[in-house]
Amino acid sequence: MGLVMGTFSVQTKPVTYHKDTADDDFEMTIVCHRPEGLDQLEAQTNFNKRELQVLYRGFKNECPSGVVNEDTFKQIYSQFFPHGDASTYAHYLFNAFDAGHTGSIKFEDFVTALSILLRGSVTEKLQWTFNLYDINRDGYINKEEMTDIVRAIYDMMGKYTYPVLKTDAPKQHVDAFFQKMDKNRDGVVTLDEFILSCQEDENIMRSLQLFENVI
Amino acid sequence: MAAGVAAWLPFARAAAIGWMPVANLPMPVAPTEKNKRQDEVIILNVSGRRFQTWRNTLDRYPDTLLGSSEKEFFYNEETKEYFFDRDPDVFRSVLNFYRTGKLHYPRYECISSYDEELAFFGIVPEIIGDCCYEEYKDRKRENAERLMDDQEDNKDAKLPNMTFRETMWRAFENPHTSTMALVFYYVTGFFIAVSVITNVVETVPCGSAPNQKEVPCGERYTVAFFCMDTACVMIFTVEYLMRLFAAPNRYRFMRSVMSIIDVVAILPYYIGLVMTDNEDVSGAFVTLRVFRVFRIFKFSRHSQGLRILGYTLKSCASELGFLLFSLTMAIIIFATVMFYAEKGSSSSKFTSIPASFWYTIVTMTTLGYGDMVPKTIAGKIFGSICSLSGVLVIALPVPVIVSNFSRIYHQNQRADKRRAQKVQKARLARIRLSKAGSSSAFLHSKRNGLFNEALELTSSTKEEQHLGKSSSLLESQHHHLLHCLEKTTNHEFVDEQYYQQSYLEGGLQNYPPRSPSLSSQDGVTGTCCSRRSKKHNTPLRNASAPAHMQPLTHPQTHHHGLQELSTIHIQPLSTSRSSLNMRIDEPAPLNCQSSQITTAIISIPTPPVTTPEGDAHLPTGPSHQNVVKVSAL
Repeated sequence: MGLVMGTFSVQTKPVTYHKDTADDDFEMTIVCHRPEGLDQLEAQTNFNKRELQVLYRGFKNECPSGVVNEDTFKQIYSQFFPHGDASTYAHYLFNAFDAGHTGSIKFEDFVTALSILLRGSVTEKLQWTFNLYDINRDGYINKEEMTDIVRAIYDMMGKYTYPVLKTDAPKQHVDAFFQKMDKNRDGVVTLDEFILSCQEDENIMRSLQLFENVI
Repeated sequence: MAAGVAAWLPFARAAAIGWMPVANLPMPVAPTEKNKRQDEVIILNVSGRRFQTWRNTLDRYPDTLLGSSEKEFFYNEETKEYFFDRDPDVFRSVLNFYRTGKLHYPRYECISSYDEELAFFGIVPEIIGDCCYEEYKDRKRENAERLMDDQEDNKDAKLPNMTFRETMWRAFENPHTSTMALVFYYVTGFFIAVSVITNVVETVPCGSAPNQKEVPCGERYTVAFFCMDTACVMIFTVEYLMRLFAAPNRYRFMRSVMSIIDVVAILPYYIGLVMTDNEDVSGAFVTLRVFRVFRIFKFSRHSQGLRILGYTLKSCASELGFLLFSLTMAIIIFATVMFYAEKGSSSSKFTSIPASFWYTIVTMTTLGYGDMVPKTIAGKIFGSICSLSGVLVIALPVPVIVSNFSRIYHQNQRADKRRAQKVQKARLARIRLSKAGSSSAFLHSKRNGLFNEALELTSSTKEEQHLGKSSSLLESQHHHLLHCLEKTTNHEFVDEQYYQQSYLEGGLQNYPPRSPSLSSQDGVTGTCCSRRSKKHNTPLRNASAPAHMQPLTHPQTHHHGLQELSTIHIQPLSTSRSSLNMRIDEPAPLNCQSSQITTAIISIPTPPVTTPEGDAHLPTGPSHQNVVKVSAL
């Protein structure tokens, strides 16, 4: 088994080419990533081979170099929300996807996150969402972080909404959220509080199952 | 939505899980794929050459032939492939459009065949990428010009109902249309020639009486010449008056160059008639006769080349101006130098600087009459420098003028650029429209989709459900995503008009988005004042008759749709929001099939009572409303 794995897997090697330019200021490195083998990925995620193939085709089409940097990510995500400005939310999403904080998303990161979101257990999904909200990764969601997130979501709506968006709409939303989630009223939401509160809410539970059949 | 990112839609939808804990409302049902096929390779047989691609690739553009169900018409059951009897070379570009999202125009391809193929496959040429767009447009323009030239030869077909005036004008402008016009054309040409020759011969010395000096013929045969002149002027006058009568736009005709030439040609005669035998002004009268030579310019109506020359000179005005200016500079410089150089010598012809101008001009243009020559050594040195530089100064601007002439003669560039600018604007507008289509598509489908749900609930026939299913699966998934976002934030997407209207109604507080959006077509601008000064509100929207949007509008139903009215206004936001918030506690079912629409209020549009400016204050109570309550359950 190990032999098979060893033979078939192509190690992830970042290949960097240095352009020979006389101008030292513009030394460009073209980074090209090749992902781990299909078998390895299949073992690590909850997707089967065919689904991984479909995912990789889409991924490679948009990012031929094999990595997504933040700008490309923002661009791609903004295409789905033509009305408003999706860049802030895309920034938070990018950080959530980029588990290793390398500044770029490789196919493995992409597929790992998707595996959690689409095929993971409820706890995993909630944990992922908690990580998304916890911008500074300190284990707590405080009001400022939540306000940032909610404001980013509202930005995606754009200008032309009905009813007209008011300035304090995010704040109201955040207050409602904390009302629900913050059990011990200490001003921050921990992971346990979060998971507990979400499990109590039928709507949230139901909507988490919404995207089961996306692939 | 662009093609390539269609593959990322699953990711965007998965990421929507991040909104779920924040959302207060239940999410809409996700669209199901009725028959979820595994992605398969389909074969496109184009005149024998087989192309293969994924089915999903073609599905990216559902409004083209290959992306829609139209291709089923070309499906061959036996060979299990789609057969198209078209050009395979062009098809390559078409298929690459699906693959990469960019349409390229191959340079070797004929423009009309390319256009035909694009039209067949339902692709709008405006999407051609910037890399190939210039070339495409140039070729298209050339083609159009060629077609126009061919058409112009057939243009002179006589229209059936032309008034006498129009016929005359056409006869004047295009002499070869009828024999009458041709006769008139040659007669006037003949008389112009006669008039010019008369003017010339008038001054030739004829034979003289033996004891007198030579007299010009004009004075010898005064009567004959006078009769000739009169006849010509009469013909010219008649011609001018006829043209004036026939002209479609008389004022414009009178301002045109040709008519001014006509007037100047015949005016001296009439002035001469008026001021006869007045010795004081006879000198002036004589000079007026000079203007008779302008009759020769009337020939330009008869000669196309002359007109082009005149037009070239007019358009090369800047180059000619430069030539003149540089010559003037050089003349002044050298005249000054020569004057001071020749000052010393005796009996010098260079009496003043203006007097030296003549020498400088004659030398610089290499004429060299020799009536003024420098005598001193310094004068000779500077004189030679003058002649050498003259050659240079004149030789430099002349090729510019020549190239201008050839450029104008072959192509009318300025008109093309103007046309291209307009086309460019039109193209950008079309691209913007197609982009706007994607966002307005969501609004449309919202109305359509809910319309259909309403129909379902009123248990209408199954056929009417088809109305909403026409959008592709991709689109419906995208719309579902946007719908989820609406639910999360508890606000809806609306179009601009509706927004401005509700803005005027609702608070003056506006939620300012943080940064200008990357992909939205409208930039984030505008303050309160600019918004108010816009006169966007269409007359249909009744700004002063708010209908109540009571709690009856269930958050899941935004049922404006039965008629295209948006005269539903809300009261001050706080109440409506609280009323909406009340909904949360209700266990609203996720399934949209169950009881959704309780009632909806549709207001029939009434004519506008106030202008938008009058809406500075919030309308408080409802004025007269025509409210129709529709119960849909």
